Amino acid sequence: MDKNLRGADMVVRSLIAEQADLIFGYPGGAIMPVYDALYDYHDQIKHVLTRHEQGAIHAAQGYARVSGKVGVCLATSGPGATNLITGLADALIDSTPLVCITGQVAAHLLGSDAFQETDMVGISMPGTKWNIQVRRVEDIAPAIAKGFYIARSGRPGPVLIDITKNAQVDFGTFRYEPCLGFRSYKTHHPVDPISVHQAATLIDKAERPYLLFGQGVILGQAEAALKQFLDKSGIPAASTLLGSGALPQDHSNFVGKLGMHGNYAPNLLTNQCDVLIAVGMRFDDRVTGDLSRYAKQAKVIHLELDPSEINKNVKATVAIQGDCKESLTLLTEAISPKIHDTWMANFRSLEKQEKEAVVNLDLTPTKPGLTMGEVIHHINKYKADDAVLVTDVGQHQMIAWRYFNYKKPRTQITSGGLGTMGFALPAALGAQLHDYSRQVICVVGDGGIQMTIQELGTIKQTKAPVKIVLLNNNYLGMVRQWQQMFFDKRYSFTELDNPDFVKLSEAYGIKAQKVSERADLKEAIEDMLIYDGPFFLEVVVEKEDNVFPMIATGSSVEEVRLR
Amino acid sequence: MKRYTIFVITENFIGILNRITIIFTRRGINIDALTASESRVPGVHRITIEVTVNEETVIQLVNQIEKVIDVIKAFYHEDTGVVYQELALYKLPVSRLDGGLEKIIRDHHAKIIAAEPDFVVLELTGHKEKTRELLEILKGYGILEFARSGRVAVAKRMLTIDSFVN
Repeated sequence: MDKNLRGADMVVRSLIAEQADLIFGYPGGAIMPVYDALYDYHDQIKHVLTRHEQGAIHAAQGYARVSGKVGVCLATSGPGATNLITGLADALIDSTPLVCITGQVAAHLLGSDAFQETDMVGISMPGTKWNIQVRRVEDIAPAIAKGFYIARSGRPGPVLIDITKNAQVDFGTFRYEPCLGFRSYKTHHPVDPISVHQAATLIDKAERPYLLFGQGVILGQAEAALKQFLDKSGIPAASTLLGSGALPQDHSNFVGKLGMHGNYAPNLLTNQCDVLIAVGMRFDDRVTGDLSRYAKQAKVIHLELDPSEINKNVKATVAIQGDCKESLTLLTEAISPKIHDTWMANFRSLEKQEKEAVVNLDLTPTKPGLTMGEVIHHINKYKADDAVLVTDVGQHQMIAWRYFNYKKPRTQITSGGLGTMGFALPAALGAQLHDYSRQVICVVGDGGIQMTIQELGTIKQTKAPVKIVLLNNNYLGMVRQWQQMFFDKRYSFTELDNPDFVKLSEAYGIKAQKVSERADLKEAIEDMLIYDGPFFLEVVVEKEDNVFPMIATGSSVEEVRLR
Repeated sequence: MKRYTIFVITENFIGILNRITIIFTRRGINIDALTASESRVPGVHRITIEVTVNEETVIQLVNQIEKVIDVIKAFYHEDTGVVYQELALYKLPVSRLDGGLEKIIRDHHAKIIAAEPDFVVLELTGHKEKTRELLEILKGYGILEFARSGRVAVAKRMLTIDSFVN
């Protein structure tokens, strides 16, 4: 207990008490006292100055996603705080634990349109799991304790704590007490044994059961429980975008990836299974396509922590609410061991069709232009088993996800729900700073990278050895693909006249290389991955390639197209 | 579409009402009426929301409301599941009063709660249909102002607030 501590010091001491050893931020008037306090604690807490607040929050997201810890970022009031909004919305929809601390004008100025005053609690409300304004020094520690508890427990999410300047400069007594729960917020829901029994009965009777897993498996640390369930049940399993990595892709039950640009078999056979088991996923529209024609023939078993997700998009025949590690374990005990060879063969035969029609052309092309797929194919050959893939949003994201060989949990970092262009570069920085020795590969497009390209400055300053792979087609490729397919090739504002990215990287002091020929690709990737330090590799890819398979908006999963 | 009454039991937390109403805004759903006040447990608030939607939507609304961190409990009822009351005030100019008003007040069980040199105020409690009926009649008296409260309601189900707040 400290009798006479300044509010700003309390903020930093509270962060230290929550084991936040690395935070991201940008200073400014209303948060300056906290920055002043950071000066005294630099041996206990490391702060990374990004080049934009959006960079800070995406870096905190990358850090949180790779580590499982709460990401922390700091920003000043007004524009500093509003620059966090995209990251908050992104973290909310992708269940990423964050605590964002923003400065605010002094309490006596609130509501007066003071310099850099924004109603941050109001603005951030729909984009946060919880938020609070702290106006008194004595409320700082309890708010931070509650914020961390809320951010990391239950279904994780972002929290914003807005602290007025007077609270930061006032003095008071500091005693940090971690939050252990409160009555309006229940984080644990005991798994109902009756629904487990009902689900087991359905599974045992099923002839064509099929399991879909999402990020809930990773958030609930249920990877081993999932594997045990699959080993015993023999059920084919497919992952969502954010679920990738929860099960090693070489597991014999793994049949591929779901969604608009996922694999052929996993999408198509959704409408042929008789029991559909969804684990820690929320039936996003990019997974289901047209809901009225989605798995109508199947009995649905939904294992989900968040009750508001149950029956939201797809009606569950049996819902098992609760922690999926617990429910999967109970379910594994309750079912009989089985194999589903004939059913599994359906997946494998469609997989072969996809391989011939799409995959081979993507990974080992014969036409002159480089494909995004062959770049990922080479990365797979040389990457470490626990390499982290960070992607932005667009064609490169889908291609990288489709072809990257995921072997470990928490190796997939991308903006799934919100689809935030500009996410990758700062998120890769955050992931890399969590562990300098880890291989972090950031795959980006030429559109997205320019939304947050200023973070090359932070990479330079921190020397984070991020491997940046720019797949440059001089287009906003995904939008262009849609224009080609659905808008009569009217390429409205999708072509980019880009800068010289190599020179740009070199100006930031980052080693860079450009590859345009197939003959140089393999070596360039190998060189990049062994390089000790940040590296920027620009690969000029075919201008007008498309991502397939594809389920067009409004189509059913069974209408997945290979061409 | 049906009329539902949603009860929300919350902590007394700044901004909680906003957090709840944006759940409706987001889906483009209009709140028919809303009443908020402290419950019989100090520090615990009770919000009553009246909304016209289908059952699937009301279930999702309640689930999302309950997900709000400072919401203790939320549930919904059809009209048949609640006992509810509304209050209406009618301000009439004295200049237009006549002998017919006495009968109207008696027939509707309304009462005069204020009488000023220029106006009188009538009060009527009852369901919307009833207060609206009186409004139509009083229009003939040159009504100056009319205000109606949201629904104040209790559930018929035998559950008490104590089972949620402890």
